[in-house]
Parts: sequence; structure tokens; C-alpha cells
Amino acid sequence: MSSNAKHLHSIDAGHYKNTAGCATETMPIPDVVKISMSQHIGAPCKPLVAKGDAVKVGQLIGDTDAFVSAPIHSSVSGTVVGIETQRSAMGGNDTLVVIETDKKQEMWEGIKVPEVEDLAGFVKAVRDSGLVGLGGASFPTHIKYNPRNLDDVHTLILNAAECEPFITSDHRTMLEDAQDIIDGMKLIMKYLNLDEAYVGIEANKPDAIAKLDQMFAEQGLTNMHTFTLQDRYPKGAERVLVYEITGKTMNAGVLPADLGIILSNVTTVAFVGQYFRTGVPLIQKRMTVDGSAVAQPKNIIAPIGTMISDVIEFCGGYKEAPKKIIMGGPMMGRAIFSDAMPIVKNNNAILAFAEAQTNIPEETACINCGRCHHACPFGLLPTALADAYDRRDAEMLSRLQVMQCMECGSCSFVCPARRPLGFINKLGKGVVKEAGIK
Amino acid sequence: MDKKYYDNLVVSTAPHLVTNLDTRKTMLMVIIALIPSFGFSIAIFGPRVIALTLVCMLASMGFEWAYNKLMHKRQTVGDMSAALTGMLIAFNVPSSFPYWMAVIGCFVAIIIVKQIYGGIGRNVVNPAITARIVLFISFATEMTTWPVARMSGIDAETSATPLGILAEGNIADLPSNKEMFLGFIGGSMGEVSALALLIGGLFLIWKKIISPIIPACFIGTVFVIALAYYGLTNSDVSALNMAIFHVCAGGVMLGAFFMATDYVTSPIMPLGKVIMGVGCGIITMVIRLWGSYPEGVSFSILLMNIMTPLIDQLCIKLKYGGAKKNEK
Repeated sequence: MSSNAKHLHSIDAGHYKNTAGCATETMPIPDVVKISMSQHIGAPCKPLVAKGDAVKVGQLIGDTDAFVSAPIHSSVSGTVVGIETQRSAMGGNDTLVVIETDKKQEMWEGIKVPEVEDLAGFVKAVRDSGLVGLGGASFPTHIKYNPRNLDDVHTLILNAAECEPFITSDHRTMLEDAQDIIDGMKLIMKYLNLDEAYVGIEANKPDAIAKLDQMFAEQGLTNMHTFTLQDRYPKGAERVLVYEITGKTMNAGVLPADLGIILSNVTTVAFVGQYFRTGVPLIQKRMTVDGSAVAQPKNIIAPIGTMISDVIEFCGGYKEAPKKIIMGGPMMGRAIFSDAMPIVKNNNAILAFAEAQTNIPEETACINCGRCHHACPFGLLPTALADAYDRRDAEMLSRLQVMQCMECGSCSFVCPARRPLGFINKLGKGVVKEAGIK
Repeated sequence: MDKKYYDNLVVSTAPHLVTNLDTRKTMLMVIIALIPSFGFSIAIFGPRVIALTLVCMLASMGFEWAYNKLMHKRQTVGDMSAALTGMLIAFNVPSSFPYWMAVIGCFVAIIIVKQIYGGIGRNVVNPAITARIVLFISFATEMTTWPVARMSGIDAETSATPLGILAEGNIADLPSNKEMFLGFIGGSMGEVSALALLIGGLFLIWKKIISPIIPACFIGTVFVIALAYYGLTNSDVSALNMAIFHVCAGGVMLGAFFMATDYVTSPIMPLGKVIMGVGCGIITMVIRLWGSYPEGVSFSILLMNIMTPLIDQLCIKLKYGGAKKNEK
């Protein structure tokens, strides 16, 4: 498919894809894992095991009846030694199931390859697998694959842009698990009755594009295509990706399904393919470990619940004391306050930075250069929004379309005065919501 | 062995990366872009250009430093914007201009125009342009006594600027367009060579420090108005020649690339930049052709500076008030 003539604004945030050539290494089973009961957007799961219980790999250990949720499985075999509460990176409290591993990795008897006949069965199987959006949003996938307007959806889009600097885990998935991706695409297209599929990949991953193109051709998959995106940030943001591939404008609050699109992260789809081949639920995750404080940056597969400190140890430990650790990429990832935290399903990167890369320079006065406006994919006016926020002017914030902001951080990145404009937009959204403006 | 955790990590909001182009680097880029013109000016007006430029830069930085110190504000000398203002003030006066008068100009720019309004980013009008106008009105004789360019071949102490000659009506005495473009003419220190300023301006556009919209619209408007005016009213001269003359003469090049593009006092939306550039061009030509002053660039930029908040308001309204894209 030819590229759109028009592109949304974007920035050059650098790539730092240091680990692109690092084949994935599987981490040995750690002594202890702590599996969080809230690894998805929505209500947390309730633990189904208690202290002293023996658990096996793939065993269901947490679930809930809440609609927006996904079940949680044990990533190891061993003994539950406690249920802990820990302050999460989001500021709330997480319930953690602590399991001491026996390193035997005995599989749970309940594991079987799902047998599915229709969409309802497919959606149920996807829920049972514990799958959530692995691109970072952690939205339960089975809800995405069950759109209200089933008859209107016609296109599958895979997000393989990986526009965040440093992260290469999706890239490695494409190189190492391409057949899983194709199998997953086939399943989704079959049960949702979709006509076409596009895999949006940034131009900085020509080997992945070539590999998928070749496999589509070899297997005669004429309705599957790769789509080369500009290698700029934030081409992997959902609404940007949809515009770049289809030319359709997607406002905040509009779902891809409303435009006839099912949009999934490439690693999420690869897992679908894998699950329908093995029946093993989501218990491990590929991620990039990088940053100036890490001795041996790598791509690894780690059991969910592995402590970040163990992950770093597997990557040669810290070569310098870490000052900032980020779950996810440097543009939208979350800084965590401690490395005594477990890996969750949607982790695609752990970045540890030493002090020199940590200091964000002091904020100075706005010089009205307009770079933020020209960086914003949606052409918002971050300076005007920040002024309106200073006055807590909900009406002006709403008129200036603060709700369209997707918090990609491009405005903060380019600001020569180092103003946290993206974060101010987030606060501005709160002001608008509080005022109840529609 | 007890496990050692790092639990005193820095927590801050995303993004955790920022560009290395900060305010200070931006200002330094503009200063670098002024160096071709600076070098040319030294070549044709002599070493006093260096002294006067240094005096203006140091005075501006000194006033900024002292004001911040006195008012217990955060020190902002390091962002180099005061240095840039000083350099631009020097570029806007003749090379023979008395030092103490130049220092007064710096006082006006930094203290009155910039700091009293709240410092960098808060000034309503361009400090250097306002300083030039204040000096022009206060010290009319010194501001219009133009040392002769060394290589112009004129045997005299002082000379008129090309626009001065034009205002007298002596079109036949005007320097050639080649001399105008290269800059072997009388005038303010930094504005004589259109070529040197063009090099600096293109450097800024290449480095994406400024957008080409304002300079293109400014220069384009001056060109078109001159072409139309001489084409319609004066058949003795080539309208094209006169249009090129007006673009190269006076402060158009310096103003269009370096002063009208000042972030703080120019609109940020592309449409606003068009209005700004065209507005500057129109006012400049109205003053040159029908006003009592030979040159109008500084007044045009000052007037458009004042309009800038209104232009931005208008463009925002057009952007968000009009047809909203709500495709489904």
C-alpha cells in the first residue's frame, strides 16, 4: 500500500536501538517471583491461591468477574509463600502473590490447546489466556476482539512501529516469531471476518519489513501487507498509526472499531498465534533491558513476576548506580522509585539510567518559539493550554481541545525552555473533567 | 547475601528524554548566523565595529545581570538572549555612533522593554528594534551620520545611505544593485550586506531555528510593492531594478531574517507568520514611498509586534472555531 502524501507532525527523538541486533535470551527461573494482581487496565484480580499452596506453571492464580479484566496465571512452579501488598508505580497499592520457585517448571494439568469454532469461543479463549495489550496500554485484548459493530470492521492493523527510543522487543518478535504473528493474524481475521491486514513498521527496521514481506509472499497471503512508516516519533501512537495507514482522522474517544479497524500490537498478535499452538497462557514476556546504568543491554524473555533487580542481574548487573529506572520507553514510560518491583505483562522494556542521564534541566520561561505546536501530531497549542491551565480555565482548555492530547510528550521533548507541557496537558484534562464540560 | 535494592530512584513525569536544543543554544545559533554580517562590517567600516559591538553586548548583559540581581530574580544572563539583543542593537547603528549613546540604547532594550515586562518571553515588542527607534528619535544626527564604506570609492568622511539618496529624489545617484547586494554602501553597521545577512538567514532556516515564512513574506511583499509602484508611476527607471534595490536597501534583510522572526514577538501559527511578514512589508514600503522617513523597517516590525497577540488569537480561532474534523 502506498504511503499517505500527508503526515501528521512528528519529531526526531533519536532511536538508540542499541539492542536491535541482540537475539533474545531466556532468563533462568529466579528464586522468587511476585505476581501482581493488577496487570491490566480495569479492576484488579483476586488471588485464587493462599499461603502454602503448591502451584504449577500456567495455573490460574488470580481472576475477577469485572468486565474489563484479564485472568492471571503462575509463571513458575513452586509454593506460595505469601500475599503481599506493595505500593505500585501508579501510586496505588498492588496485591502480589509471592511464589518461591522449585525450578522444576512443572506444567499445570489444565493446559490444553484451545478448540474454537466461532467468535464467542475465540474471545473466550483469548480471555482465558490472560492476554492484555502488550504494547504498553495493557487493555484486556478479548474486549478489543469483540467489537460492538462486528459487521462494520474490515481491517486488521498491527502496530509494529516501535517508535519509542531504546525498545527493540517488538522488532525481535518480528524477526524471531514471525510465524506466530502470521498465525495470530490468520486467527483474528478468520473469526472477526476481516478482509485486509496491515503491519505498520517504522522504516528503521528494514530487516523486519523484508522478513514479513517474504513470508506473506511465500505463504500466498495476498491480503496481508507491511506498511512502512516514517521512523519518527510518535508514529506508533494508535491515532497517529491509523491516520498514517488509512488517512482517517481518529479523534480522542473514537475507537478504531468505529472506523472499521481492529488494531493490535504486533507482540499481542504473536502471542495469540503462540497460544493457539501451545495452550500456555501469558506467563512470560520479551523485553529490552537497556540504559546507561546496565552492564550488558539485552533482549530477554523473563517470567512474569520476576523482580526488576533480578532482571538487571541477568544483564550483568549495574555498571553504575541507577538513578532512574523506567518501565517502558523514555518518551511515555513510567519512572519507578525502586527496582524491588516485579515485571508485569505489558513490560516491553526496563531502562536503567545513571545520574548523568537523569538530570532534566531546570525549567525556564517560554520564549514563544512555537516548537511545541509544530511537534504536536494533532496541532494542539501546548503554550496556550498551559496558560489556560495556570488560570484553571476549564472552558478555554476544552475549546483548545486539551482532550485530544494523547500525552505523547513530543511538546515537552522539543521545548527549549524545558517546560513539562505534556504533563500540564494531563493536569488540564483533569480540570476539564472536574468541570464536567463535554 | 542480603539483596541490595535501589529504592531512592528519581521519579519524574514522562518524557524522560529532551532535545539538547535549549534556549541558550537557540540564541547562540542566531549569534553565529550574524557573524558573516559582522565580519563584512569590520571589513568595510574598520575595527570600531568590533569595539561598538562588544560594548553593546557587554552593556546589555550587564543590565540584565544587574536587574536580576537587584530584583532577586533568577539569573538569566546565561541564556544569551541579552547578548543577542546587544549585538542586534550594534548592528542597527552607524559605526561612528558614540559608545555612551549605544549604552543608553541597551538600557532601553533590556530594562525598559524586556525586564520591566517580566524578562525573557514576556516583552511585548522586540527590544533591539525599540532601542533603535528610541536612539533614532533621541539622537537623530548621530544616528544618521554614516561613515563611508572603505571600498566604495567615495572620497569623503561621511555619505548618505542609498535610501537617503532615494528620499532626496536622486535616483540617478543610487549605487548599483550589485553594490547593494554585496554591501559596499553606507548604512548601519550590520545591515549593509544583503549577501552576508542572506547567508546567516539561510543558516537559521537550515538549522530550523526560524521558519522561512516571515522572511519570505516580508521580502516578497517589499519586492512586489516596489515593482508595482515603480512600474505604475515611473517609467524612467526599471521597476525590477528598483524592486531589487528596495529588498537590498536599509534594514529589510536584517529585519526580515533576524528581528521580525524573534520568537517572543512574532506569531507561532503559519498563517500568523504570513500576516506578520506581509504586514511588515506593507508598512515598510508605505513609510519608504510616502512617509517622511527614508526607512520604515523598524517601525513596521514594532507595529507588527504589537499586533502579534491579536494575530495569534485570530489564527487560533480559525483553527479550532471552524470546521472541526470529526470523521467517522
